[in-house]
Amino acid sequence: MKHIDAAHAIDRELKKGSTELLILSLLQHRPRHGYDISRLIETRSEGVLRFNVASFYPLLYRLEQRGLIEGRWVEKPGQRRRRYYRLTAQGRRMLRARRTAWDAFVRAMRRITEAEHA
Amino acid sequence: MPDWSAAVRERLAGLRLDPARESALVEELAQHASDRYEELVTNGANAAEAERAILAELDSPNLVSKLRPVLPRPAFRPSPEPADASGFAGFWLDLRHGVRRLRLEPAFAAVAVLSLALGIGANTAIFQLLDAVCLRSLPVERPQELVSVRVVNVQHGRTGDFSGRFPHLTYALWERLEASPEPFSGIAAWGSERLNLARGGEARWAETLWVSGSYFDLLGVRPLSGRLLTRSDDRPGCASPGAVVSETFWRRELGARPPGPETTLTLNGHPFEVVGVAPRAFTGLDVGRDFDVAIPICANPLVISRPRVSDSASWWLASVGRLKPGWTPARADAYLKTIAPAIFRATLSPRYDAQDARDYLAFGLGTRPVPTGFSSLRTDYQSPLWLLLGISGLVLVIACANLANLMVARATARRREIAIRLALGASRRRLVRQLLAESLVLAVLGAAAGAVLAQTFGRFLLSFLATYSARWFVNLAPDWRLFAFTAGLAALTALLFGLLPAIQAAGTRPNEALKSGGRGVTGGAGGLASRRALVVCQVSLSLVLLVGALLFVRTLRNLLTLDPGFRRTQILAVSVDFWPLRLAEPARVPFKHELLERVRAIPGVEAASTAWVVPSSGDGWNENVSVEGSGAQRQTANFNRVSGGYFRTMGTPLLAGRDFREADRAGSEPVAIVTETFVRKFLNGASPIGRSIRIDGAGRPDRHLRVVGLVKDSKYYDLREDFTPIIFVPDAQDDDFFQATNLLIRSPLRMDSVTASVKNALTRWSPELVLGFQSHERMVREGLIRERLMASLSAFFGFLAALLATIGLYGVVSFMVVKRRNEIGVRMAMGADRGDIVRMVLREAGALFGVGLAIGAVLAVAAAHAAKSLFFGLRPTDPVTLLMAVGALAAVAAAASVLPARRAASLDPVTALRED
Repeated sequence: MKHIDAAHAIDRELKKGSTELLILSLLQHRPRHGYDISRLIETRSEGVLRFNVASFYPLLYRLEQRGLIEGRWVEKPGQRRRRYYRLTAQGRRMLRARRTAWDAFVRAMRRITEAEHA
Repeated sequence: MPDWSAAVRERLAGLRLDPARESALVEELAQHASDRYEELVTNGANAAEAERAILAELDSPNLVSKLRPVLPRPAFRPSPEPADASGFAGFWLDLRHGVRRLRLEPAFAAVAVLSLALGIGANTAIFQLLDAVCLRSLPVERPQELVSVRVVNVQHGRTGDFSGRFPHLTYALWERLEASPEPFSGIAAWGSERLNLARGGEARWAETLWVSGSYFDLLGVRPLSGRLLTRSDDRPGCASPGAVVSETFWRRELGARPPGPETTLTLNGHPFEVVGVAPRAFTGLDVGRDFDVAIPICANPLVISRPRVSDSASWWLASVGRLKPGWTPARADAYLKTIAPAIFRATLSPRYDAQDARDYLAFGLGTRPVPTGFSSLRTDYQSPLWLLLGISGLVLVIACANLANLMVARATARRREIAIRLALGASRRRLVRQLLAESLVLAVLGAAAGAVLAQTFGRFLLSFLATYSARWFVNLAPDWRLFAFTAGLAALTALLFGLLPAIQAAGTRPNEALKSGGRGVTGGAGGLASRRALVVCQVSLSLVLLVGALLFVRTLRNLLTLDPGFRRTQILAVSVDFWPLRLAEPARVPFKHELLERVRAIPGVEAASTAWVVPSSGDGWNENVSVEGSGAQRQTANFNRVSGGYFRTMGTPLLAGRDFREADRAGSEPVAIVTETFVRKFLNGASPIGRSIRIDGAGRPDRHLRVVGLVKDSKYYDLREDFTPIIFVPDAQDDDFFQATNLLIRSPLRMDSVTASVKNALTRWSPELVLGFQSHERMVREGLIRERLMASLSAFFGFLAALLATIGLYGVVSFMVVKRRNEIGVRMAMGADRGDIVRMVLREAGALFGVGLAIGAVLAVAAAHAAKSLFFGLRPTDPVTLLMAVGALAAVAAAASVLPARRAASLDPVTALRED
């Protein structure tokens, strides 16, 4: 039982960590609102990654609580006001670190899996 | 398109968010939901499908559980004014607000709760005892129907022998009552007695009830085991009646063996079969006393040397009847009035003389409701307990005044907050309610802690009252009355200490309070005036309590130091019952003579004598007597029957004449020794030696006694009484009908070692003797329990009151000094020296103290008058006591004022002025 629990935990951590990386990446160049972010994740992953309200917003608020992103209500002419999120300086540093680690991880995975194929 | 806000809000309610945060969250998530809806519809879903899909997403349990850890907890904020703040919901909000405020000030809350807990705890404990002893109904079937029939129209008192705790009726009267039961669906009689369980040696007492056959049935008691006594057990002349035991006795003495012929006990040497066990809840009709054994009235001749069932001048029974439906006590009284003359005519004792008979025939019968039972504890302690409740109530009021003072100070410190809220449109009523809610929270916490403390206090009080001869058995289990009392106290105290500060705070004028800036901390003039009034009230109440305490302490001291006319210490009292020896009459006097000689021969015994009545034991015997040739009318005098050497043993000086000697025996001229008060009352101070005393024969021929000696006065029944006329007669001239006596033994040794040697010597000599031992000192001391209780508790409460008042005074004087810093600075700048400033502050404190004292003195004298029956050797207006109380209070008050005064005087005028 123990190793299954551990595998679950790693899976959960991986997913959470990767989703955080996705959100931070999507905010790297411009502020976006919550729906926009979740849509982008879904479309760019071609439907592989999907979030609903109950799973997405807690993640978003956690990032905000940790000071990695900040939200602000913005009113644009002819539109409802929306809450836009952008990266903070701390979020930017975190994104860099995460991205490096992720790249290293993916490279390592690939080396192992491709070596087996060869 | 649907509006998703409501759906989202509903799902977020469980998070209890800050309202602002909540609406932002609702807006954002609702927007997400509507964007998703549009998307689904655009992609071809119909409206219902899209809506279902989104609701399913929102319904995920993850939403609330995952949001909860990431959203900040709401910070403390004053509760908002809800739309409807007037109803219960508003009150609930106020209470929550109160709790939160108090959590911010734990030190204040702790002090407040602790002082309230002590005050409420003491009050509750005393009330608990009062409730159990005076107010609670008997634990029997329909107690409200129970009445007791008593003799009424008693003009000159009743004559005869009295025994038991409630000697209302004679056996003859009871027989007649039982035979004419018109107003009653049932009637029963009972009496109380201590009977000896031991078959020889040191006596072991069983609290015994004499009960009529109808007793248990009338009260609706069901047996725990076996059966209870019935009419068939209580037949006149019964030879081997059964006994019912209490559950405690059954377990303690009988090892819970099943009732039956195998299970027996011995009472005064007579064997009884235990036929049943009464349930634990039933402790008899005497509230405060448990019983061990109940035996039928018909068993009286079997265990008592002088049977009372055949003596119509022996008062030893009490009655309890259940009124028939439709009968009120008044109607029963009217009925009894019609049958009383015949009953009294039929039961007239041949022992009565003409005067006694006239009195007896004029008696009537009446009922008294007894739903709360009978109680000697109630008779003795009802008024002291009510008085103590009053005293502890005053202490609670003083404690509340201190708390009110603290609350005023807090309210003043919060003036700015309150001013801002008023300026923002809060209603004053609401503010008062909110501040009161804080007080209520404190009071409820204090009352809860007090209720717990009260259990300990209550048991302590009860153990205080226990004596060698009286184990009190009181049911202290809380009932609705106790709950109501404690809840009432909590509400009352909350009002007492909360209302004034609340009203005052709500009276804040926002404009002024805000303008005064940081200086708001020192508060307005209103705060000071009310705090002064509180201190005056505290000083006056604590003077009342101190005067009361001193009166009780001095009463106890007077009783402990007065000369009772006999030694109090180093005397052992031994009751000796030689009835089991069945001695023939001529053998009794020689037996007692030998008994005394054997005791006197024990090493360490300095002196010994016999006495029928041990002084201050509560026992007594009196007769109507006159002195021949004195012209004075017959009066009542107390009697004691003693051996020669009694006065030497007890240290009572012989003033004239001689002690009893061996020649004073049966057959020689009956002689007597009298006291100084006897001489004053019967002989106007003339010499008594050689005079003849005539004892009223009460139906038999008069007897005459020749006075041979005069002794110093001594106390008879108890220490509180005035000296009474006492006639001592020689033991050797008595017929010893009762075959019992008391030995008084003086020894410089420890009482327990004397007890051991006497027990050893006497049981070796005659193993069948029944002996009881008690130190005379302890017996006298136990006679003063009520005084000791009042002295200890009132001193404790008085001390507490003075302490609280001192703290109050200190607080107000310090507050005043802070408030007048500026003025003090100006005065010092203009040349006032430190002495002037100290005097100014002390003058101010002195004025408060003086007003308090004046009011307190008036109240104290009034209160002392109301309680004057409890004092001894003091007038309620005793000036020394009043001066002592004022002096003590003045000393602590001066100490409490000097400290802030000196602080005021050491102010630097420049700093003080700059602060304006």
